[in-house]
Amino acid sequence: MRHLLNPLDFSVEEISRLLDLAADIEHDRPRFAHVCDGKKIATLFYEPSTRTRLSFESAMLSLGGSVLGFSSAASSSAAKGESVADTIRMVSCYADICAMRHPKEGAPLVASLHSSIPVINAGDGGHQHPTQTLTDLMTIRSLLGRLDNMTVGLCGDLKFGRTVHSLINALVRYPNVKFVLISPTELKIPEYIREDVLKAGNIEFMEVDNLDAAMPKLDILYMTRVQRERFFNEEDYIRLKDCYILDRAKMKLAKEHMFVLHPLPRVNEISVEVDDDPRAAYFRQVQYGVYVRMALIMTLLEVEKPC
Amino acid sequence: MLNISGLREGIVLDHIQAGKSLDIYYHLGLDKLECQVAIIKNAKSSKMGRKDIIKIEGPLDSISLEVLGYIDHNITVNIIRDDKIVEKKRLELPKKITNVIHCKNPRCITSIEQELPHIFYLADKKTETYRCMYCEEKYGK
Repeated sequence: MRHLLNPLDFSVEEISRLLDLAADIEHDRPRFAHVCDGKKIATLFYEPSTRTRLSFESAMLSLGGSVLGFSSAASSSAAKGESVADTIRMVSCYADICAMRHPKEGAPLVASLHSSIPVINAGDGGHQHPTQTLTDLMTIRSLLGRLDNMTVGLCGDLKFGRTVHSLINALVRYPNVKFVLISPTELKIPEYIREDVLKAGNIEFMEVDNLDAAMPKLDILYMTRVQRERFFNEEDYIRLKDCYILDRAKMKLAKEHMFVLHPLPRVNEISVEVDDDPRAAYFRQVQYGVYVRMALIMTLLEVEKPC
Repeated sequence: MLNISGLREGIVLDHIQAGKSLDIYYHLGLDKLECQVAIIKNAKSSKMGRKDIIKIEGPLDSISLEVLGYIDHNITVNIIRDDKIVEKKRLELPKKITNVIHCKNPRCITSIEQELPHIFYLADKKTETYRCMYCEEKYGK
Protein backbone atom coordinates (compact mmCIF):
# COMPACT_ATOMS: atom_id res chain seq x y z
CA MET A 1 0.00 0.00 0.00
CA ARG A 2 1.29 3.43 -0.90
CA HIS A 3 0.57 6.94 0.30
CA LEU A 4 1.26 10.30 -1.30
CA LEU A 5 2.61 12.71 1.31
CA ASN A 6 5.31 14.53 -0.59
CA PRO A 7 5.76 15.10 -4.34
CA LEU A 8 9.02 13.18 -4.05
CA ASP A 9 7.21 10.00 -2.98
CA PHE A 10 6.83 9.28 -6.70
CA SER A 11 9.84 8.88 -8.99
CA VAL A 12 10.09 10.84 -12.23
CA GLU A 13 9.06 7.66 -14.09
CA GLU A 14 6.05 7.13 -11.83
CA ILE A 15 4.96 10.74 -12.30
CA SER A 16 5.34 10.33 -16.04
CA ARG A 17 3.08 7.23 -15.96
CA LEU A 18 0.57 9.07 -13.75
CA LEU A 19 0.45 12.07 -16.11
CA ASP A 20 0.06 9.72 -19.09
CA LEU A 21 -2.91 8.11 -17.35
CA ALA A 22 -4.35 11.56 -16.54
CA ALA A 23 -3.99 12.54 -20.21
CA ASP A 24 -5.79 9.31 -21.23
CA ILE A 25 -8.61 10.23 -18.85
CA GLU A 26 -8.75 13.75 -20.29
CA HIS A 27 -9.18 12.41 -23.81
CA ASP A 28 -11.72 9.67 -23.02
CA ARG A 29 -13.55 10.31 -19.74
CA PRO A 30 -16.49 7.93 -20.35
CA ARG A 31 -14.08 4.99 -20.52
CA PHE A 32 -13.13 5.61 -16.87
CA ALA A 33 -16.63 6.30 -15.55
CA HIS A 34 -16.97 3.01 -13.63
CA VAL A 35 -13.45 1.94 -12.75
CA CYS A 36 -14.00 2.77 -9.06
CA ASP A 37 -17.58 1.51 -8.71
CA GLY A 38 -18.16 0.59 -5.06
CA LYS A 39 -15.06 2.43 -3.79
CA LYS A 40 -15.20 5.33 -1.33
CA ILE A 41 -12.92 8.27 -0.70
CA ALA A 42 -12.93 10.04 2.68
CA THR A 43 -12.09 13.72 2.43
CA LEU A 44 -10.79 14.73 5.86
CA PHE A 45 -10.48 18.50 5.72
CA TYR A 46 -9.49 20.05 9.04
CA GLU A 47 -9.37 23.50 7.47
CA PRO A 48 -11.61 25.06 4.85
CA SER A 49 -10.82 24.41 1.20
CA THR A 50 -13.40 24.56 -1.52
CA ARG A 51 -11.24 23.80 -4.50
CA THR A 52 -9.13 20.88 -3.38
CA ARG A 53 -11.94 19.08 -1.58
CA LEU A 54 -14.35 19.46 -4.49
CA SER A 55 -11.63 18.40 -6.89
CA PHE A 56 -11.06 15.14 -4.97
CA GLU A 57 -14.79 14.54 -4.70
CA SER A 58 -15.36 15.31 -8.38
CA ALA A 59 -12.49 12.97 -9.28
CA MET A 60 -13.88 10.04 -7.27
CA LEU A 61 -17.44 10.61 -8.50
CA SER A 62 -16.16 10.73 -12.10
CA LEU A 63 -14.58 7.32 -11.56
CA GLY A 64 -17.88 5.84 -10.33
CA GLY A 65 -16.96 5.90 -6.63
CA SER A 66 -18.56 7.76 -3.76
CA VAL A 67 -17.42 10.25 -1.14
CA LEU A 68 -17.74 10.91 2.58
CA GLY A 69 -15.92 13.17 5.00
CA PHE A 70 -15.91 16.51 6.75
CA SER A 71 -14.95 19.99 5.65
CA SER A 72 -13.73 21.64 8.84
CA ALA A 73 -12.20 20.60 12.15
CA ALA A 74 -15.25 21.99 13.94
CA SER A 75 -17.47 19.41 12.26
CA SER A 76 -15.13 16.50 13.01
CA SER A 77 -14.26 14.68 16.21
CA ALA A 78 -11.03 16.72 16.33
CA ALA A 79 -13.21 19.32 18.04
CA LYS A 80 -13.65 16.76 20.83
CA GLY A 81 -9.90 16.31 21.04
CA GLU A 82 -9.52 13.14 18.98
CA SER A 83 -6.00 12.57 17.66
CA VAL A 84 -5.19 12.23 13.96
CA ALA A 85 -4.06 8.65 14.62
CA ASP A 86 -7.41 7.66 16.12
CA THR A 87 -9.39 9.45 13.40
CA ILE A 88 -7.56 7.62 10.62
CA ARG A 89 -7.96 4.24 12.34
CA MET A 90 -11.70 4.88 12.36
CA VAL A 91 -11.84 6.23 8.80
CA SER A 92 -9.88 3.18 7.57
CA CYS A 93 -12.97 1.14 8.45
CA TYR A 94 -15.27 3.39 6.41
CA ALA A 95 -13.38 4.22 3.22
CA ASP A 96 -10.92 2.76 0.71
CA ILE A 97 -8.71 5.84 0.38
CA CYS A 98 -8.52 9.24 2.05
CA ALA A 99 -7.40 12.76 1.27
CA MET A 100 -6.39 14.82 4.30
CA ARG A 101 -5.92 18.54 4.65
CA HIS A 102 -4.68 19.76 8.00
CA PRO A 103 -3.38 23.13 9.24
CA LYS A 104 -0.58 21.40 11.15
CA GLU A 105 2.48 20.26 9.25
CA GLY A 106 3.11 16.51 9.27
CA ALA A 107 -0.48 15.53 10.17
CA PRO A 108 -0.91 13.39 7.00
CA LEU A 109 2.38 11.64 7.81
CA VAL A 110 1.03 10.79 11.26
CA ALA A 111 -2.15 9.50 9.59
CA SER A 112 -0.17 7.32 7.18
CA LEU A 113 1.65 5.66 10.10
CA HIS A 114 -1.65 4.44 11.54
CA SER A 115 -3.73 3.93 8.41
CA SER A 116 -4.74 0.76 6.61
CA ILE A 117 -5.87 2.72 3.54
CA PRO A 118 -3.81 4.98 1.23
CA VAL A 119 -3.46 8.53 2.57
CA ILE A 120 -3.15 11.48 0.23
CA ASN A 121 -1.77 14.70 1.66
CA ALA A 122 -4.18 17.37 0.44
CA GLY A 123 -2.09 20.14 2.04
CA ASP A 124 -0.50 20.34 5.50
CA GLY A 125 0.07 23.86 6.83
CA GLY A 126 2.83 25.62 4.92
CA HIS A 127 4.59 22.34 4.25
CA GLN A 128 3.55 20.21 1.25
CA HIS A 129 0.70 20.01 -1.22
CA PRO A 130 1.63 17.17 -3.58
CA THR A 131 -1.62 16.91 -5.56
CA GLN A 132 -1.41 20.60 -6.39
CA THR A 133 2.09 19.83 -7.64
CA LEU A 134 0.82 16.98 -9.80
CA THR A 135 -1.83 19.37 -11.14
CA ASP A 136 0.85 21.97 -11.87
CA LEU A 137 3.07 19.41 -13.60
CA MET A 138 0.21 18.18 -15.75
CA THR A 139 -0.75 21.74 -16.66
CA ILE A 140 2.81 22.66 -17.63
CA ARG A 141 3.33 19.44 -19.59
CA SER A 142 0.02 19.85 -21.42
CA LEU A 143 0.64 23.52 -22.27
CA LEU A 144 4.38 23.51 -23.04
CA GLY A 145 4.68 19.86 -24.07
CA ARG A 146 7.62 19.33 -21.71
CA LEU A 147 8.78 19.49 -18.11
CA ASP A 148 12.42 20.26 -18.87
CA ASN A 149 14.38 23.13 -20.44
CA MET A 150 12.36 26.04 -19.11
CA THR A 151 12.48 29.04 -16.82
CA VAL A 152 9.84 29.09 -14.12
CA GLY A 153 9.02 32.28 -12.24
CA LEU A 154 7.42 31.86 -8.82
CA CYS A 155 5.90 35.05 -7.50
CA GLY A 156 4.35 36.24 -4.22
CA ASP A 157 4.38 34.35 -0.96
CA LEU A 158 7.27 31.96 -1.36
CA LYS A 159 7.75 31.54 2.38
CA PHE A 160 4.43 30.06 3.46
CA GLY A 161 3.26 29.00 -0.02
CA ARG A 162 3.39 25.23 0.20
CA THR A 163 2.46 24.87 -3.47
CA VAL A 164 5.67 26.68 -4.31
CA HIS A 165 7.81 24.42 -2.11
CA SER A 166 6.27 21.29 -3.56
CA LEU A 167 6.59 22.51 -7.14
CA ILE A 168 10.26 23.40 -6.73
CA ASN A 169 10.95 19.97 -5.20
CA ALA A 170 9.27 18.30 -8.15
CA LEU A 171 10.76 20.39 -10.97
CA VAL A 172 14.40 20.18 -9.87
CA ARG A 173 14.33 16.55 -10.98
CA TYR A 174 13.99 17.56 -14.65
CA PRO A 175 16.99 18.76 -16.67
CA ASN A 176 17.68 22.43 -17.24
CA VAL A 177 14.83 23.95 -15.24
CA LYS A 178 15.75 27.41 -13.98
CA PHE A 179 13.91 29.39 -11.33
CA VAL A 180 13.28 33.09 -10.84
CA LEU A 181 11.99 33.58 -7.29
CA ILE A 182 10.08 36.85 -7.06
CA SER A 183 9.05 37.94 -3.57
CA PRO A 184 9.45 40.66 -0.94
CA THR A 185 12.28 39.99 1.51
CA GLU A 186 9.86 38.88 4.25
CA LEU A 187 8.33 36.19 2.04
CA LYS A 188 11.43 34.64 0.49
CA ILE A 189 11.62 30.85 0.13
CA PRO A 190 12.58 29.01 3.32
CA GLU A 191 16.25 28.37 3.86
CA TYR A 192 15.84 24.57 3.57
CA ILE A 193 14.53 24.88 -0.01
CA ARG A 194 17.30 27.32 -0.94
CA GLU A 195 20.13 25.30 0.65
CA ASP A 196 19.06 21.67 0.53
CA VAL A 197 17.13 21.65 -2.73
CA LEU A 198 18.39 24.42 -5.01
CA LYS A 199 22.01 24.95 -3.97
CA ALA A 200 22.61 21.29 -3.13
CA GLY A 201 21.22 20.26 -6.52
CA ASN A 202 23.24 22.89 -8.39
CA ILE A 203 20.05 24.38 -9.77
CA GLU A 204 20.22 27.76 -11.46
CA PHE A 205 18.04 30.26 -9.60
CA MET A 206 17.83 33.94 -8.75
CA GLU A 207 15.93 35.73 -6.01
CA VAL A 208 14.51 39.11 -7.05
CA ASP A 209 11.81 41.49 -5.89
CA ASN A 210 10.87 43.02 -9.25
CA LEU A 211 8.24 41.19 -11.30
CA ASP A 212 8.48 43.49 -14.36
CA ALA A 213 12.16 42.80 -14.88
CA ALA A 214 11.64 39.06 -14.57
CA MET A 215 8.68 38.77 -16.99
CA PRO A 216 10.57 38.51 -20.34
CA LYS A 217 12.67 35.57 -19.11
CA LEU A 218 9.81 33.30 -18.11
CA ASP A 219 8.18 30.30 -19.79
CA ILE A 220 5.87 29.80 -16.81
CA LEU A 221 4.78 32.40 -14.27
CA TYR A 222 3.38 30.81 -11.13
CA MET A 223 1.49 33.45 -9.12
CA THR A 224 0.54 32.90 -5.49
CA ARG A 225 -1.73 34.59 -3.02
CA VAL A 226 -0.41 36.06 0.21
CA GLN A 227 -2.41 33.96 2.67
CA ARG A 228 -3.91 35.71 5.66
CA GLU A 229 -4.20 32.43 7.61
CA ARG A 230 -0.41 31.89 7.55
CA PHE A 231 0.35 35.12 9.44
CA PHE A 232 0.39 35.45 13.21
CA ASN A 233 0.44 39.22 12.82
CA GLU A 234 -2.35 41.01 10.89
CA GLU A 235 -0.17 44.09 10.31
CA ASP A 236 2.40 42.04 8.38
CA TYR A 237 -0.36 40.56 6.23
CA ILE A 238 -1.83 43.95 5.35
CA ARG A 239 1.60 45.35 4.51
CA LEU A 240 2.49 42.48 2.18
CA LYS A 241 -0.78 41.36 0.60
CA ASP A 242 -0.71 43.66 -2.41
CA CYS A 243 2.98 43.49 -3.18
CA TYR A 244 2.48 41.99 -6.67
CA ILE A 245 -0.46 42.49 -8.99
CA LEU A 246 -0.28 40.93 -12.43
CA ASP A 247 -2.11 43.11 -14.95
CA ARG A 248 -2.32 43.62 -18.70
CA ALA A 249 0.68 45.97 -18.70
CA LYS A 250 2.90 43.34 -17.08
CA MET A 251 1.61 40.66 -19.47
CA LYS A 252 2.87 42.81 -22.36
CA LEU A 253 6.40 42.21 -21.06
CA ALA A 254 6.02 38.43 -21.25
CA LYS A 255 6.87 35.95 -24.01
CA GLU A 256 4.12 35.11 -26.48
CA HIS A 257 4.07 31.49 -25.33
CA MET A 258 4.47 32.08 -21.61
CA PHE A 259 1.69 30.69 -19.39
CA VAL A 260 0.35 32.01 -16.09
CA LEU A 261 -0.56 29.46 -13.44
CA HIS A 262 -2.09 30.04 -10.01
CA PRO A 263 -3.14 27.45 -7.41
CA LEU A 264 -6.27 29.58 -6.70
CA PRO A 265 -8.17 31.09 -5.04
CA ARG A 266 -6.83 34.43 -6.16
CA VAL A 267 -7.66 37.61 -4.36
CA ASN A 268 -6.25 40.52 -6.31
CA GLU A 269 -2.77 39.35 -7.29
CA ILE A 270 -4.03 38.68 -10.82
CA SER A 271 -6.21 41.40 -12.22
CA VAL A 272 -9.42 40.08 -13.82
CA GLU A 273 -8.40 41.86 -17.04
CA VAL A 274 -5.75 39.13 -17.49
CA ASP A 275 -8.39 36.35 -17.52
CA ASP A 276 -9.09 36.77 -21.24
CA ASP A 277 -5.43 36.56 -22.21
CA PRO A 278 -4.84 33.17 -23.89
CA ARG A 279 -1.76 32.79 -21.71
CA ALA A 280 -3.88 32.83 -18.53
CA ALA A 281 -4.04 29.11 -17.75
CA TYR A 282 -5.26 29.06 -14.15
CA PHE A 283 -8.80 27.92 -14.88
CA ARG A 284 -7.59 25.18 -17.24
CA GLN A 285 -5.28 24.19 -14.38
CA VAL A 286 -8.36 23.44 -12.22
CA GLN A 287 -9.65 21.00 -14.84
CA TYR A 288 -6.27 19.29 -15.10
CA GLY A 289 -6.41 18.94 -11.31
CA VAL A 290 -9.45 16.70 -11.56
CA TYR A 291 -7.84 14.48 -14.20
CA VAL A 292 -4.65 14.10 -12.24
CA ARG A 293 -6.53 13.29 -9.01
CA MET A 294 -8.56 10.69 -10.91
CA ALA A 295 -5.29 9.15 -12.11
CA LEU A 296 -3.86 9.29 -8.58
CA ILE A 297 -6.87 7.61 -6.98
CA MET A 298 -6.68 4.84 -9.60
CA THR A 299 -2.95 4.43 -9.05
CA LEU A 300 -3.11 4.26 -5.23
CA LEU A 301 -6.11 1.91 -5.32
CA GLU A 302 -4.25 -0.18 -7.90
CA VAL A 303 -7.23 -0.03 -10.25
CA GLU A 304 -6.48 -1.40 -13.71
CA LYS A 305 -6.82 0.90 -16.69
CA PRO A 306 -9.94 -0.15 -18.66
CA CYS A 307 -9.42 -1.66 -22.10
CA MET B 1 45.64 15.81 42.46
CA LEU B 2 42.04 14.75 42.96
CA ASN B 3 41.47 11.05 43.59
CA ILE B 4 38.33 9.37 42.40
CA SER B 5 38.00 5.72 43.33
CA GLY B 6 38.33 3.19 40.49
CA LEU B 7 35.45 1.47 38.77
CA ARG B 8 35.02 -2.29 39.01
CA GLU B 9 32.22 -2.35 36.49
CA GLY B 10 30.81 0.57 34.63
CA ILE B 11 31.28 3.20 31.96
CA VAL B 12 33.72 6.06 31.64
CA LEU B 13 32.78 8.85 29.29
CA ASP B 14 36.05 10.44 28.32
CA HIS B 15 37.02 13.39 26.14
CA ILE B 16 33.96 15.41 27.01
CA GLN B 17 34.38 19.03 25.98
CA ALA B 18 35.33 20.98 29.13
CA GLY B 19 32.26 22.40 30.83
CA LYS B 20 29.78 20.12 29.06
CA SER B 21 29.63 17.31 31.60
CA LEU B 22 26.63 18.65 33.50
CA ASP B 23 24.62 19.02 30.29
CA ILE B 24 25.39 15.41 29.48
CA TYR B 25 24.59 14.35 33.04
CA TYR B 26 21.05 15.68 32.66
CA HIS B 27 20.56 14.70 28.98
CA LEU B 28 21.43 11.09 29.81
CA GLY B 29 19.15 11.16 32.85
CA LEU B 30 22.03 10.27 35.17
CA ASP B 31 20.38 12.32 37.90
CA LYS B 32 17.65 9.68 37.98
CA LEU B 33 20.01 6.71 38.42
CA GLU B 34 20.60 5.14 41.81
CA CYS B 35 24.22 4.17 41.09
CA GLN B 36 27.40 6.14 41.82
CA VAL B 37 28.27 8.79 39.27
CA ALA B 38 31.43 10.90 39.37
CA ILE B 39 31.85 14.04 37.35
CA ILE B 40 35.35 15.33 36.80
CA LYS B 41 35.55 18.82 35.40
CA ASN B 42 38.50 20.50 33.71
CA ALA B 43 40.83 17.50 33.82
CA LYS B 44 44.14 17.99 32.02
CA SER B 45 44.22 16.47 28.55
CA SER B 46 47.10 16.25 26.10
CA LYS B 47 44.58 16.07 23.21
CA MET B 48 42.08 18.69 24.32
CA GLY B 49 43.87 20.89 26.84
CA ARG B 50 41.02 20.57 29.31
CA LYS B 51 38.29 17.96 29.31
CA ASP B 52 35.48 16.62 31.44
CA ILE B 53 35.04 12.96 32.41
CA ILE B 54 32.00 11.13 33.76
CA LYS B 55 32.31 7.77 35.54
CA ILE B 56 29.16 5.72 35.93
CA GLU B 57 28.91 2.58 37.99
CA GLY B 58 26.62 0.15 36.19
CA PRO B 59 25.91 -1.65 32.90
CA LEU B 60 26.15 0.00 29.47
CA ASP B 61 22.40 -0.13 28.93
CA SER B 62 21.96 2.41 31.71
CA ILE B 63 22.81 5.16 29.21
CA SER B 64 21.62 5.93 25.69
CA LEU B 65 24.45 5.95 23.16
CA GLU B 66 22.00 7.52 20.69
CA VAL B 67 21.59 10.55 22.93
CA LEU B 68 25.31 10.72 23.60
CA GLY B 69 26.13 10.46 19.88
CA TYR B 70 23.78 13.35 19.20
CA ILE B 71 25.22 15.55 21.95
CA ASP B 72 28.86 14.95 21.05
CA HIS B 73 30.01 12.06 18.90
CA ASN B 74 33.66 12.79 19.79
CA ILE B 75 33.19 11.47 23.32
CA THR B 76 34.96 8.17 24.01
CA VAL B 77 32.91 5.52 25.80
CA ASN B 78 35.07 3.11 27.79
CA ILE B 79 33.47 -0.04 29.13
CA ILE B 80 35.07 -1.17 32.38
CA ARG B 81 35.00 -4.69 33.78
CA ASP B 82 37.15 -5.89 36.70
CA ASP B 83 38.90 -2.51 36.82
CA LYS B 84 40.02 -2.78 33.18
CA ILE B 85 38.91 -1.16 29.95
CA VAL B 86 37.45 -4.09 28.00
CA GLU B 87 35.95 -2.09 25.14
CA LYS B 88 36.11 1.37 23.64
CA LYS B 89 32.97 2.37 21.80
CA ARG B 90 33.08 4.91 19.00
CA LEU B 91 30.08 7.13 18.76
CA GLU B 92 28.43 8.27 15.57
CA LEU B 93 25.84 10.89 14.85
CA PRO B 94 22.62 8.87 15.06
CA LYS B 95 20.53 8.76 11.88
CA LYS B 96 17.37 9.16 13.93
CA ILE B 97 16.77 10.49 17.42
CA THR B 98 13.57 10.14 19.39
CA ASN B 99 12.46 12.45 22.19
CA VAL B 100 15.92 13.96 22.64
CA ILE B 101 15.11 17.34 21.12
CA HIS B 102 11.72 18.90 20.53
CA CYS B 103 10.29 20.58 17.46
CA LYS B 104 9.84 24.31 17.99
CA ASN B 105 7.76 24.93 14.87
CA PRO B 106 4.35 26.18 16.09
CA ARG B 107 2.81 24.82 12.87
CA CYS B 108 4.07 21.27 13.48
CA ILE B 109 1.54 18.56 14.36
CA THR B 110 3.62 17.83 17.49
CA SER B 111 2.62 21.26 18.80
CA ILE B 112 -0.98 20.10 19.33
CA GLU B 113 -0.66 16.33 19.72
CA GLN B 114 1.37 15.97 22.89
CA GLU B 115 1.62 12.17 22.83
CA LEU B 116 3.49 12.06 19.50
CA PRO B 117 7.17 11.16 19.81
CA HIS B 118 9.48 13.95 18.68
CA ILE B 119 11.48 12.22 15.96
CA PHE B 120 14.32 13.93 14.12
CA TYR B 121 16.43 12.49 11.32
CA LEU B 122 19.95 13.44 10.30
CA ALA B 123 19.51 15.56 7.17
CA ASP B 124 23.10 16.68 6.69
CA LYS B 125 26.01 14.88 8.35
CA LYS B 126 28.51 17.59 7.42
CA THR B 127 26.61 20.40 9.14
CA GLU B 128 25.12 18.04 11.78
CA THR B 129 21.67 19.23 10.84
CA TYR B 130 18.61 17.39 12.07
CA ARG B 131 15.09 17.86 10.73
CA CYS B 132 11.75 17.08 12.31
CA MET B 133 10.25 13.94 10.72
CA TYR B 134 6.81 15.56 10.57
CA CYS B 135 7.31 19.15 9.42
CA GLU B 136 10.98 19.03 8.27
CA GLU B 137 11.83 22.02 10.43
CA LYS B 138 15.58 22.28 10.93
CA TYR B 139 17.14 21.81 14.34
CA GLY B 140 20.66 23.22 14.36
CA LYS B 141 23.10 22.12 17.04
